[in-house]
Amino acid sequence: MTVNRSRLPDIGPDPQFLFPIIVRHTLDNGLKVRTIEHPSVPVISFIVQVDGGSGSDPATQEGLAAIVADMIDEGTGSLSALDVSDALARIGADYDVDVGADATMFGLTTLTRFADRGASLLASLVTRPSLRQDDFARVQQLRLDRLRQLKDLAPAVAERAFLRLLYGTHPYGHLPIGNDRSLRDITLPHIAEFHERIYRPNRATLVVAGALSHTEMLQLARDAFGSWTGTGRDSAMEPSVVDASVDGHSRLAIVARDGAAQSELRIGQLAARRNTPDYPALLLMNAVLGGQFVSRVNLKLREEKGYTYGARTGFDWRRGVAPFVLQASVHTASTADAIKDALGEIEGMTSSRPPSSDELMLARASLTRGYPRGFETAQQVARGVAQLALYDLPDTYFEEFIPKVHAVTVDDVVTATRRYLDPGTLTALVVGDHGVVGDSLATLGLGPPELLPSES
Amino acid sequence: MTVTDIDLPFAKRTLPNGLDVIVHEDHHVPIVAVNIWYHVGSKNERLGRTGFAHLFEHLMFEGSEHHNAGYFPPLQRAGALLNGSTNTDRTNYWEVVPTSAVDLALWMESDRMGYLLPALTRQRFETQRDVVLNERRQNYENRPYGLALIAILAALFPPEHPYHWLTIGAADDIRAMQFEDVQEFFRTYYHPANASVVLAGDIEVARGFDLAEEYFGGIPAGPKPAPVRADAVLGHEHRMTFEDRVELPRIYMAWHSPAMFAAGDAEMDLLADLLATGKTSRLYRSLVYDRRIAVDVSAYQSSREIGSFFLLAVTAAPGHPLSDVLSLIDQTLQAVVDEGPTDAELERSMAQAEAHFVYRLQTVGGFGGKSDQLNAYNVLRRDPGYFAADLGRYRAATGRTVQAAAQAYLRFDRRVLLAVVPRGQQSLSVPGAEPVSVS
Repeated sequence: MTVNRSRLPDIGPDPQFLFPIIVRHTLDNGLKVRTIEHPSVPVISFIVQVDGGSGSDPATQEGLAAIVADMIDEGTGSLSALDVSDALARIGADYDVDVGADATMFGLTTLTRFADRGASLLASLVTRPSLRQDDFARVQQLRLDRLRQLKDLAPAVAERAFLRLLYGTHPYGHLPIGNDRSLRDITLPHIAEFHERIYRPNRATLVVAGALSHTEMLQLARDAFGSWTGTGRDSAMEPSVVDASVDGHSRLAIVARDGAAQSELRIGQLAARRNTPDYPALLLMNAVLGGQFVSRVNLKLREEKGYTYGARTGFDWRRGVAPFVLQASVHTASTADAIKDALGEIEGMTSSRPPSSDELMLARASLTRGYPRGFETAQQVARGVAQLALYDLPDTYFEEFIPKVHAVTVDDVVTATRRYLDPGTLTALVVGDHGVVGDSLATLGLGPPELLPSES
Repeated sequence: MTVTDIDLPFAKRTLPNGLDVIVHEDHHVPIVAVNIWYHVGSKNERLGRTGFAHLFEHLMFEGSEHHNAGYFPPLQRAGALLNGSTNTDRTNYWEVVPTSAVDLALWMESDRMGYLLPALTRQRFETQRDVVLNERRQNYENRPYGLALIAILAALFPPEHPYHWLTIGAADDIRAMQFEDVQEFFRTYYHPANASVVLAGDIEVARGFDLAEEYFGGIPAGPKPAPVRADAVLGHEHRMTFEDRVELPRIYMAWHSPAMFAAGDAEMDLLADLLATGKTSRLYRSLVYDRRIAVDVSAYQSSREIGSFFLLAVTAAPGHPLSDVLSLIDQTLQAVVDEGPTDAELERSMAQAEAHFVYRLQTVGGFGGKSDQLNAYNVLRRDPGYFAADLGRYRAATGRTVQAAAQAYLRFDRRVLLAVVPRGQQSLSVPGAEPVSVS
C-alpha cells in the first residue's frame, strides 16, 4: 500500500477513557482516606499528604517544614535511621518526600505483595518519628551543606531570589530549604513542636492506589493509620493562604555571577490561586504562550533566535496566590535581546496578539487528548488524587476537566489573561555576568537593574 | 502476576527493507507508544568531529519533505508527548499518542526516516547549532562539576576510542560543523536497516504490523553500518584535578567495566547499589553517616555497548580535604574486594533490583518505558525477549560473583581519579594529581 503523503492523516475520534473511581472514607481519628483501584501491574502507591509545608514555616525558622520532613525517615520506634533505610530497601520501596508551599507529601511505592509492610512502615514513620538529637544534628548539617552547594547552581539562585522579589516577607517568599541563619537557629524542640502541631490525622490525607480492591486498601489504611492520634492544639492561623500584596510597577534585578556562560532568567508576577474558576482558561493561555514546545516563547527564543536550549512559562500553583513565571537560561551575549523578546511575547498575549483560534485549538487538543496519559501508573494516579485534596477540588474533577477545557473560548482566555497578567507590573531577574550584561540591561526600559546580594 | 513470572511479551517481524518492527499490547490506557531506535550515537563519530550525532537528532525535529515545518505542532495537536535523545550507542525518538493518532505518529516518523533531507535548510541547521551550543552551556559549562565527566572520559578512553568524548561533543567541534556533513550522515545511519520500531500499548499485534508495513515498507534500505569496535585498557592509576565554580570539593573515580549485558555487568550494577544507594550502603554509611566527612556519595555502572565504565563520586563536607575522603573510600572498597557483600546486603540489593524490573513495566512509552526497553534489547542484544533473561542475570548473582567483579574491576592501580576543587583551593585536592584544563 502506498502512503498518501500529500496530507497528514486524520486523527480518529478521541478514545473513551474511564477516569479512576475514587472512594472516600474518613477514619475515626479524622484521617481522610482515598482509595483507587489500579490493577495493571502488581504495584501499590501510598501518599500521606500533611496540610502544612514551607508556607507554615515561622518567620525566623524558614526551612523548618522541610527539615521536619527530612527527619521522618530518621528512625521510628525501635528502628534506627539505618534500620529504616534497610526496611525500605527490603521491600524494594520507592520512598519520596515533597515539601511544597502548602503541604508536605510522603510517597511510598512498593510491590503489592509488600503492601501491608509498606503501609505500616509509612504510618510509623510519619506518625511516630523518633526525632533524636544526634540524627537531627546530622540532618541539619547536611541541609546547611546542601544550601551552600545551591549557591553554585544558577537555577537555584534564581528561584530563591525571584520568590523573595515577588512575595517579599510573605510565607511563600522563601525556598523550602530556608536560609543559613534560620537553619542554624532551628532546634530539636522546634521540630517536635511542628510535628505535633501539623502532623495530625485531621490535617492529613492518605491516598492509596494500587492493584488491590477498595476494601483491601481501606483495611490497610485502618490497620496502619487507625491508631494515629493528634494531641496538639489547632493552629489558629493558616499563613499559607493569606494573599500576598501585588507590587504596582515593573522592575529589573540582577544577581551577579561573574564569568557565567549563560544568564538564568526569570520574568513574572503574582497571578492566581489554583482553585480559581479561570484555571482552564489560564492553562490554555499558558499552553499558547510558553507551556509546551510549540509555544510562542520557545519558538521565538529557541527555534527562531537560537538564544537558549529552551524557554517556558508556567504557574507555580498554590492554595494562595501563585506566581506566573517565564524561565530560560540564555547565552550571556543574548541576555538583553532575550528579555526584550520574552517581554514582547507576554505583552502580546495580554494586548495586541491574543491567541488565534488555531492556537487555541492546538492548545485545547493538546491538553485534552493527552489527558489520559497522566493515569498510567499507580503513583501518577495517587499524586493526582492528592492534588484534589490539596486544592479542595471535587472527586469528579478528572472527568469534568476535558469538557471544561473544551468550553473555554478565545474571549474567556483574553479576559482571564488580562485579569491576572499585567505587563506593566512584571518583575525580571537575571542571574549572570553583571560586568558583561549590565549596560545592555539598562536599554530595556525597565529602569536601572537593582543589584541583589547572591544570598537573600 | 508475581515477581517470579513477570515478563514483557511482544511479537517481532523484520520488513524486507530491514526494519525491525516489534509490537507489545497493553490496553489499560487508550494510548500507544511509538519508539524508534537508530543504531547510531556519538560512538560513530571521530575525534575533532564530535557532537554530530546529537546535533543531528535536533535536525530531525525541523521538518521533512511532506511536512515541511516543525515536527511538534501536528503531534501536540493530537495530544502527543514526544522527545528524542542521543547517547554513545543509539539515538531514540518517541511519541506517546492517543490510540486515535497512531497513524499520524507513524506518518511523521516515517516521513523523517525516508524524506528528511529535502526539508533541511542551512538556516535551520545553523539555528540548531546555536541551540546545541546553549544546551552545552546550560547542562555542562554553567553547572557545578558539569565538566567533570568530559575530563574523566578523556582520561579513561584513548583518543581513538569513541567513548573518549561526551555525546554533547566539544564546543569547537560543534561550531565547526558544516551543513554539508548532514547528507552523508543521514544516508549512512538513518534508514530502515539501521533502525528498530516498537509500537506498545492500545494496539493489536496484527494492526501494528500492518501499519508499520504501510508507513515504513516503502522506504529503501541502506547498507548496514559496520559495527564499531574498540578496546581500552588502563594500566595505571591516573590522577587529575581542576578548579571549578563550586563550594565543596568532589572526588570522582572511574574504572573500565564489562559491556552492557556481558558477564559481570549486573554484578557491577549491584555493587554500585551496595556501595552508594541508601543510608545502609557502605560508602554512605561510613563517609556521610558515621564519619561525616562527606555530604553525598553516588555510584553507577554506566552500561554501554562497546565497554562500560563504573563511576563513583563523593562530595567532601566543608573543612575536609579530599585526601581524607580518598583514604576512607579506599578502605571501604578494599573491604568489599576482600570480603565481598554480606548476605543481608545482597538480599537488599536484589529486592530493589527485582522491584525495579516490575516498576519498569508500568509505562508503555517515554524514556525507559516498555517500548524503549524492547528496543534496547532488540538493538543491543538482538533479542527483544531478553527481559526475563535480564532479570535472570541479577537473580544469578551471588556474593561470590559480586566479590569477583569487585576484585576484577575496582582495582586501585587501574583507575582514573579526578579531584574537582573550589577555585584557588588546590590544597584540598589529592596528592599527585595533575592539573588538567577542560572546557
